[in-house]
Amino acid sequence: MSGDTRLLTGRGLRKSFGATPALRGMDLSVDAGEVLAVMGPSGSGKSTLLHCLAGILTPDAGEVTFDGRRVDQLPDRERSRLRRAEFGFVFQFGQLVPELPVLENVALPLLLGGRGRRAAVAAAEEWLPRLGLDGLGRRLPGELAGGQVQRAAIARALIAGPRLVFADEPTGSLDSVAADEVMELLVTTAREERIGVVVVTHEPRVAAYADRRVTMRDGRVVQPAAVP
Amino acid sequence: MLRKPLTSGTWQATHVLRLSGLRPGDRVASALFPPGIPVVYSPRMTISYALLGLLEEADRHGYDLKQSYDRRFGAIRPLRFGQVYRTLAQLQRDGLVAIAGVEAGAGPDRKRYSITAEGVTDLERWLSEPEDPQPQLQTVLFTKVVLALQSGRPAEAFLDDQRERHLAVMRELTVARRGASQGDSMLIDYQLFHIEADLRWIDHASRRLGTLAAELGR
Repeated sequence: MSGDTRLLTGRGLRKSFGATPALRGMDLSVDAGEVLAVMGPSGSGKSTLLHCLAGILTPDAGEVTFDGRRVDQLPDRERSRLRRAEFGFVFQFGQLVPELPVLENVALPLLLGGRGRRAAVAAAEEWLPRLGLDGLGRRLPGELAGGQVQRAAIARALIAGPRLVFADEPTGSLDSVAADEVMELLVTTAREERIGVVVVTHEPRVAAYADRRVTMRDGRVVQPAAVP
Repeated sequence: MLRKPLTSGTWQATHVLRLSGLRPGDRVASALFPPGIPVVYSPRMTISYALLGLLEEADRHGYDLKQSYDRRFGAIRPLRFGQVYRTLAQLQRDGLVAIAGVEAGAGPDRKRYSITAEGVTDLERWLSEPEDPQPQLQTVLFTKVVLALQSGRPAEAFLDDQRERHLAVMRELTVARRGASQGDSMLIDYQLFHIEADLRWIDHASRRLGTLAAELGR
């Protein structure tokens, strides 16, 4: 894809925890509307990579550029703002607030961004049917099936109009049918909205939804073998 | 009853291979199944029972049988007319199928076939018998890994490349499944799970390469 659609670039990323290196020189990029899968066994550095790209962790060396801005050099407050305004997140579990009904969980990013409650909830109402959650807005997360919780998490990740979504094992706790539904919705919606997606997974079935894959081992890319 | 004294597993595997007409290097040409993954075709035995199943629904002509078979089971390889009529002749000889009517005209398709009571019994028996699992081993893959290790060549790089090839096929199947009919989508899922099983082995083997190499004397 051409350079003008490039959304995020990571170059020469290194990160260690104490004496243990988690990333040993990672290069990677994502274009607008592209779904990228980062694969690798547990301990290969996938999640560390995702956290560095999303500005949750600061790499020891290397640079992360989002839309021309150096994420790794932004002050904390700017980075938080960037994450809220431009990024969406989907994790494996434990991401919905158990005390809040689904609608308010989905509306949360808008509420945190300063949108009025009524407007935020109205926007959330519009997202539920897109993810097959019609009529479930008043339920609490504990009353939903696993696949529905993940779909609500996707709605929440998308509601504030992010340009990039980070998903860490988004189907990890689901059976294969629910996993297929979640991935299909995530990928379809991302494409419709021209959102870039970075999915970290060890599941080949999940990676098969991505337009492109990189495979990691020991903090490095092993596939594709040569970086163009 | 179809002549099928399938008792021993080994014998059955050979039998199935022989019946299926699978030759080494056979690959599926259809766009749905990109090159790289060999497929064991339906053995003749399965085709016979599939036709019996279709006749149980309704009496049919040979042409209609072929069309119905291809729609439901033929995504990998459609039936040839010759196969249909040969199978029907055999089923008729075995008393599992009878001719329900003959219309005026020429050609084999003027006959309408129906399943007999004996055919229904045989079909029921076949459907209720669990199948011996047929591990569709990618023996080529296994052989390459063992040979690479034995000769001191880098098996890891081979496994990485192979993983990539498998993932690429999974990707194509996943794309093909979007917009596929329910039947085709079931078949694609079946393929996906099998490729995934290979991948699990590839990952497992990757992590055990050191031990394997030591055991093989390298």
